[in-house]
Amino acid sequence: MTANILAAAAALITFGFVFFLLRRGALREKYAVLWLFFSGAALFFAVFPGAIIWLSRILGVAQPVNLLFFVTVVLLVLVSVQLSYELSRHEMRIRRLAEEVALLRDEISEIRRDRDGN
Amino acid sequence: MPSNKTLIAIPAWNEAGSIAKVVASVKEHRPDADILVVNDGSTDSTAQEAQESGARVVSLPFNVGVGGAMRTAFLYAQREGYQALVQVDADGQHDPADLDRLIEGLKESDIVVGTRFHPESMYFVGGPRRWAMVLLSKALSWMNKGTISDPTSGFRSAGPKAIELFAIEYPADYLGDTVGSLSIAIRQGLVVHEAPVTMYFRQVGRPSKNALWSALYLGRATLAILVTGLKSNRTPREDAS
Repeated sequence: MTANILAAAAALITFGFVFFLLRRGALREKYAVLWLFFSGAALFFAVFPGAIIWLSRILGVAQPVNLLFFVTVVLLVLVSVQLSYELSRHEMRIRRLAEEVALLRDEISEIRRDRDGN
Repeated sequence: MPSNKTLIAIPAWNEAGSIAKVVASVKEHRPDADILVVNDGSTDSTAQEAQESGARVVSLPFNVGVGGAMRTAFLYAQREGYQALVQVDADGQHDPADLDRLIEGLKESDIVVGTRFHPESMYFVGGPRRWAMVLLSKALSWMNKGTISDPTSGFRSAGPKAIELFAIEYPADYLGDTVGSLSIAIRQGLVVHEAPVTMYFRQVGRPSKNALWSALYLGRATLAILVTGLKSNRTPREDAS
């Protein structure tokens, strides 16, 4: 029973922290929603541990805890891949912006030269 | 704007020791061409040296790698309407005497790669690095249905079609600026030829040459070939501005 309280507390803290970040505008909704959903699900299974046992019986997993670990690992891997994807996209965009900045700076200095020179 | 002019693009990252010499010797061999130095976030006096030696200098706000520097050069060439662009390294390894051959070759092709491997060449590499280069060369020659003996050469020229393409997409990953860009061009149906060039030893700095580095190079080269070979032809949304 204490283990359930611990799990529920951890889920609640996560939920609260993400909610706090979201309110402060430090986290965008598309990421926050994901974490809110995860911590919500964790809270649900902490309060109703019977649900996990029932689920693992349906899926044929002998140890309910293994189902929990398996699902958790899969979800975390998916999130990491998504973050890598977003990061790559941002690197590409930043590179494009850097190139544009370089060319614009050159154009501006040329315009200045023409204006001041003649 | 110059419609028939050639742009000599020199990507430079902290090459203050050699850039002025390179610009001067390019100028001497091709007084008719415009020279653009793409200063890739140098922390030394590269930009100033290049400017004083008479090149046009475009400065990136931070280091983005050769791929990004070259795409900047291709963007510039495309917007200014240049019909040919030749890439020359800033460290003085390339002999500007070969410029004519690379520019002439564009009459029959879209890209001419200067190869350092030919009977009169003094250039030599050994060990795992050599294997990697042979592997890359074999793979690209097969894709190209024509020999590309030195796909990692940074001494190369591009015609109008290649300028259009590379202004939109030019890879920034390791080996992407050399091998990757060729692979993209071949898959877009561009004609790639090669021409023999002379390779000088580096004037400043020294090439990395230990076993671990070579092994790493081999691994990354294999990865580069696999990635560019399997890459979908669609340009990424964020890249096609």
